[in-house]
Amino acid sequence: MAMSAAALEMQDVPGPLLSVRNVGKRYGARIGCSDVSFDLWPGEVLGVVGESGSGKSTLLSCLSGQLRPDEGEVIFDTRDQGPRDTLLMSEPERRRLGRTDWAFVHQNPRDGLRLGVSAGGNVGERLMANGARHYGRIRATAQDWLTRVEIDPSRVDDRPRQFSGGMQQRLQIARNLVSGPRLAFMDEPTGGLDVSVQARLLDLLRGLVRDIGLSVVLVTHDLAVVRLLADRLMVMKDGRVIESGLTDQVLDDPQHAYTQLLVSSVLQV
Amino acid sequence: MSEYNFAYLDEDTKRMIRRAILKGIAVPGYQVPFASREMPMPYGWGTGGVQVTAATLVPEDVLKVIDQGADDTTNAVSIRKFFQRTAGIATTERTTEATVIQTRHRIPETPLNEDQILVYQVPIPEPMRFLEPRETETRRIHALADYGLMQVRLYEDIARHGEIATSYAYPVEVAGRYVMDPSPIPKFDNPKLDDCPAIQLFGAGREQRIYALPPYTRVRSLDFDDYPFSASKADHACAICGSATSYLDEVITDDAGGRMYVCSDTDYCARRAEGGA
Amino acid sequence: MIHAENVAKEFTLHNQGSTVLRVMEGANLDVAKGECVALTGASGAGKSTLMRMIWGNYRTDAGHIRVGEVEVSSAEPREIIALRRRTLGYVSQFLRVLPRVPTLRVVAEPLLTLGVGEAEAEARAAALLTRLRIGESLWGLSPTTFSGGEQQRVNIARGFVHPYPALLLDEPTASLDAANRETVMQLIEEAKARGAAILGIFHDEAARHRLCEREVDVSGFRPGVAA
Repeated sequence: MAMSAAALEMQDVPGPLLSVRNVGKRYGARIGCSDVSFDLWPGEVLGVVGESGSGKSTLLSCLSGQLRPDEGEVIFDTRDQGPRDTLLMSEPERRRLGRTDWAFVHQNPRDGLRLGVSAGGNVGERLMANGARHYGRIRATAQDWLTRVEIDPSRVDDRPRQFSGGMQQRLQIARNLVSGPRLAFMDEPTGGLDVSVQARLLDLLRGLVRDIGLSVVLVTHDLAVVRLLADRLMVMKDGRVIESGLTDQVLDDPQHAYTQLLVSSVLQV
Repeated sequence: MSEYNFAYLDEDTKRMIRRAILKGIAVPGYQVPFASREMPMPYGWGTGGVQVTAATLVPEDVLKVIDQGADDTTNAVSIRKFFQRTAGIATTERTTEATVIQTRHRIPETPLNEDQILVYQVPIPEPMRFLEPRETETRRIHALADYGLMQVRLYEDIARHGEIATSYAYPVEVAGRYVMDPSPIPKFDNPKLDDCPAIQLFGAGREQRIYALPPYTRVRSLDFDDYPFSASKADHACAICGSATSYLDEVITDDAGGRMYVCSDTDYCARRAEGGA
Repeated sequence: MIHAENVAKEFTLHNQGSTVLRVMEGANLDVAKGECVALTGASGAGKSTLMRMIWGNYRTDAGHIRVGEVEVSSAEPREIIALRRRTLGYVSQFLRVLPRVPTLRVVAEPLLTLGVGEAEAEARAAALLTRLRIGESLWGLSPTTFSGGEQQRVNIARGFVHPYPALLLDEPTASLDAANRETVMQLIEEAKARGAAILGIFHDEAARHRLCEREVDVSGFRPGVAA
């Protein structure tokens, strides 16, 4: 189980949770992403921002095991075998990682849910995939998580088709977090939602990240989202990271020309 | 007999099917793709079972064909006649006398022995098909033994009906590895799959898959710790032979709601009624 | 506790003809525990800039800035975040909050982040809000709809709910009436008394004279003016 942010600070953490070295992906002559390196520590939220075509989604796919990068290493500090390059793992190992220690929140919750399965079944799937065989306990855990993401637990048997977009997204989050992952990849988690719904979701994510000490790699084009959620920021353009650092520092004191353009382009409300 | 090769299929086709069968026996519960042939009966009428039977028959075999336990339904009769005509082998209605038994949706009540082969007709071989429509994904799930989804299906049953409501084609785990659809047999029959002395072969013609259970394979029906599997049947005795332990068909006798329960396995019932076993 | 040495800062505006604005050079500053130091100088002279550099919000181009044990000018983001969580507080002129978070939660947040239990965190937040005359009926509302003065008091409450060893205060008494100004000055004095190192920008002369032992004029750090 991951620990709360405060508890993590107390502990003598030996190394980063995720070490990314020179990850690159090419599509023929076109660069998807190139030469991306960073370390991510327990409890840290890293925002990756950029406009369409910046390579941020490609990068996320390469890190999370959905795309195979052409070069580089993605080293994750596994629980039982220490730091291991996930790109060299066998498919079963990677899949196991994907349903235990890792989470992936899709922009469109329909891509991350089984629409024909009840909310309880969706949340309980990881537990069952990891060997849980007691219906009563699985259901109770599912209801507990529904409460934590602010969905009425009495809706445990309803199908996601009957949920609003915001509820579906919260259900997707519950479905991912039930296995106690230490690392979550999020692709525009608030994209496509109404503004008021976004606010609620961001608040929920902040609380969960703090309570369970989750590390997050968060891809978004929305600078307001990163300001609220991310500790650190990487700005991408044309497949490359052009600036990175403390979130409020990159946004308030941007050094690179493109970052300055990006920040100044945001409409103030 | 006439212009047909023995058991209708040419020898190369039989060789291809036998290779698939051997692979299936070597990897119990694994769905082996095979090149299903055009048969003189439409898809959905047992073409997979017929191809498996055709490939396994030798002239000395004695064939029994049942459909929902009965030897005398249209389906069973026509398949039996098909093999009489194309293979010239002896046929029987008695389970104890048969060496090859082709069945649609039931396992005979009479226990089988090591000299027998049971061939099942299978409509949809993939147990997860209705939860995961993508073939690419179900193949990956089987390859990686990533069967959480299967358990989810049972969870949904309990959530919806208060119990695992699947009453036929109840999924099983084979030899601790593959999850398999045992064909639409009633769940009452599932225990007979386990540790069976006979060779059990499964053929799906339209879906082009063959799978198998070698003798004495461990077959476990999936369940939950707090909702264990139970092989249930109607709570009656057979009106003809009096058996309280066989699977029963419910027969409507008039239009006033009258009904009677009789053994679905006609041979078993007849033998009991005669006084034999 | 707070130490700045030979600090320099410039801004390069790439999208405006690559104009380079050199705003600071050779800045030196020390704030000891239990001390309150005021930054003075004309508007635009660099007071907020220097404060933001100490907070880690602005990059330091040359020199060193240290708060406690942490070299802010060269620290990793997570070290700065840990510093801000535990050691260094900052009350800016603006209250930036998520839209629907209630006031009580906003103020309790620094304690929650430190692992303090929800009940205790909210109790301490409530005590501060009461002291700053924010009525209980407002605690369940988001402060985004409050008046400027109310927002400022919520901001202050959030900055003082945890006893930070070092504090940066940017115009803490602006927009406040006399009674609340007095309360805020008492809070600052209490912080000093428990050993906090405080750096403040006070437009209000009376407050400055009452609270601060020293003044540092940032105009002395303008490029070309350095002594």
